[in-house]
Amino acid sequence: MSHDAPAAAPSIDWSRTLKDAVITGLIATAILGPFIGLVTVQDMEHRLILQTRWPLFLALLAILVVGRLLLQIFVWGRPAKPKRAPLALPPSVERIAAPFFIGLLFVFPISVLFALGPQGSIKWIDNYGIQILIYIMLGWGLNIVVGLAGLLDLGYVAFYAVGAYSYALLAKTFGLSFWVLLPLAGILASFWGIILGFPVLRLRGDYLAIVTLAFGEIIRLILINWVDFTSGYAGISGIPRPTLFGIPFNASDNGFAATFGLEFSPIHRTIFLYYLILALALLTAFVTTKLRRLPIGRAWEALREDEIACRSLGINTTTTKLTAFATGAMFAGFAGSFFAARQGFISPESFTFMESANILAIVVLGGMGSLWGVVIAAVALVGGFELMREMDFLKLIFGTDFDPTQYRTLLFGAAMVGIMLWKPRGLISTREPTAFLKERKAVSGSLVTEGHG
Amino acid sequence: MTEPLLAVRGVETYYGNIIALKGVDMDVHEGEIVTLIGANGAGKSTLMMTIFGSPRARTGRITYAGVDITKMPTHEIARLRIAQSPEGRRIFPRMTVMENLQMGAAIDDFAHVDEDLDKVFALFPRLKERIAQRGGTLSGGEQQMLAIARALMSRPKMLLLDEPSLGLAPLVVKGIFDAIRELNRTEGLTVFLVEQNAFHALKLAHRGYVMVNGVVTMSGTGRELLASPEVRAAYLEGGHH
Repeated sequence: MSHDAPAAAPSIDWSRTLKDAVITGLIATAILGPFIGLVTVQDMEHRLILQTRWPLFLALLAILVVGRLLLQIFVWGRPAKPKRAPLALPPSVERIAAPFFIGLLFVFPISVLFALGPQGSIKWIDNYGIQILIYIMLGWGLNIVVGLAGLLDLGYVAFYAVGAYSYALLAKTFGLSFWVLLPLAGILASFWGIILGFPVLRLRGDYLAIVTLAFGEIIRLILINWVDFTSGYAGISGIPRPTLFGIPFNASDNGFAATFGLEFSPIHRTIFLYYLILALALLTAFVTTKLRRLPIGRAWEALREDEIACRSLGINTTTTKLTAFATGAMFAGFAGSFFAARQGFISPESFTFMESANILAIVVLGGMGSLWGVVIAAVALVGGFELMREMDFLKLIFGTDFDPTQYRTLLFGAAMVGIMLWKPRGLISTREPTAFLKERKAVSGSLVTEGHG
Repeated sequence: MTEPLLAVRGVETYYGNIIALKGVDMDVHEGEIVTLIGANGAGKSTLMMTIFGSPRARTGRITYAGVDITKMPTHEIARLRIAQSPEGRRIFPRMTVMENLQMGAAIDDFAHVDEDLDKVFALFPRLKERIAQRGGTLSGGEQQMLAIARALMSRPKMLLLDEPSLGLAPLVVKGIFDAIRELNRTEGLTVFLVEQNAFHALKLAHRGYVMVNGVVTMSGTGRELLASPEVRAAYLEGGHH
């Protein structure tokens, strides 16, 4: 038998496909019709009345039929394609991508302000800009621990909390300024990073993850129960706001607006906070890229790959792990003190396991070790959640009591499953090598498989 | 006779309660190639790992260049310029060949990478072709070359090799053993080689030890052991025993 016939162009059996869609529609109608289309409610006299929900029924029916049709045409109907190259920017694009992206971030608040005015722009700068940048920074910080050193940390939010409470308590008790406390919060957080690091030095993988998870919970429970110190669930309010080197952002005579001869507006502080977190996030990225080229950064990556090999090459794995925990925690501490200064109020509610999970999800979905991946994942997850608050048009389909934000976790899970199916190593799975002989070459993680034998 | 470079005296190693090495004595002198042969599970790799401090010897004493290394942490032993190509090669799979080699020079903070690269490439030209490739994508033989090359990047005085021939084609094994012989002859590198491939190992080595069930049962020059009827029967002629 001959096997070398040319591969036929993929043709779609239309009659079969359409028949399949019709059958799907019939089955869906049979099931969804009674369950979704009809609903019984009690009226004032406690009589059951049959009501209909045809728009919702039709919407679900359409999703099922069209979804199945698309799957038939684009997924099941096609012969298996060779593996696509992973998402990797060519080096020339990558070189201009970073400055372009950073430039975009710098002009973002100004252009939004001009486009929408002080009232309309505050939401975009605060809810989108600052919020996303906080998560980018946290993602980049956690990336050092998880992405580079390969230490799975499920309690990262603890260091964020340490930074936030350090700033809040020290600023309120001693009246120290934000600029003094920012580095101090980082140092305290990295100190706690080392405290966590010591007991988990011998652990790896699942066991490490469980202990770090517990550590995150311990910090949160201390914050809740040590009421004298932290005021427990009530949280700390009236946290001093950061100043521009001593100039406060208020309506007073020596405030920012008066000093610069502007009309007072809360947008000034928002824009200042935006640039502050942008600077902190860029610092994180800058330090990470520099560290990767230093012996300690190389040791982190080698540690992620093979701990035993590291030791036999003379690398002290104890200090390597502790510096990874400390460095990652330091950036969480910075972000935490920024968070406290921005909110003016903190409570243990802000530092739940869900936060750790979100930050970890940003790192994993983005592609472990990839700074760009973290940016994309943070924009998608955090920005996506903010967008869901605004999808009021969905109420037209699903009824007035439909709240899209309630479906956040569901979509989040679906996104996770999707990424793990199609991009198991995250959105950006290329790893930029840090050592070169002559020319730079991106080495892909998913294009090539590992050799055996 | 001069003081041996590496001296193992009465070493006993346990995994939990199970004894793996039952009092091993062994010497490696400077400039020698010494091989340790034996069947699966005889304790060859355990001895090699014990020299590197993981697992630790429960009793006995290991000295290297006059320094007691029995209780020294593994990374500090490596800093005495003993390099190891461990069992299973253990290269860094997601790092490039270049980065793997560079990690070999970690104890000197990557100071002399560029000079040493040429030396390593002269020995294993294949690695130069693969320089930008991820370690995990190399073939088995190339990975073994990389493991040895990485160990050499630390400018070792002594090289410990655990089964470099494992799973490789005979021609590749020959290339690797030739490289070891070359290093020993030109640089005076001391080599301790753990092998199951007794014939090749004994032909390469100046001296050899035979290990059975955690005990060294025989020792002699490579030629003596190759000629010994017991060794022939157990390890060379099809292994009917």
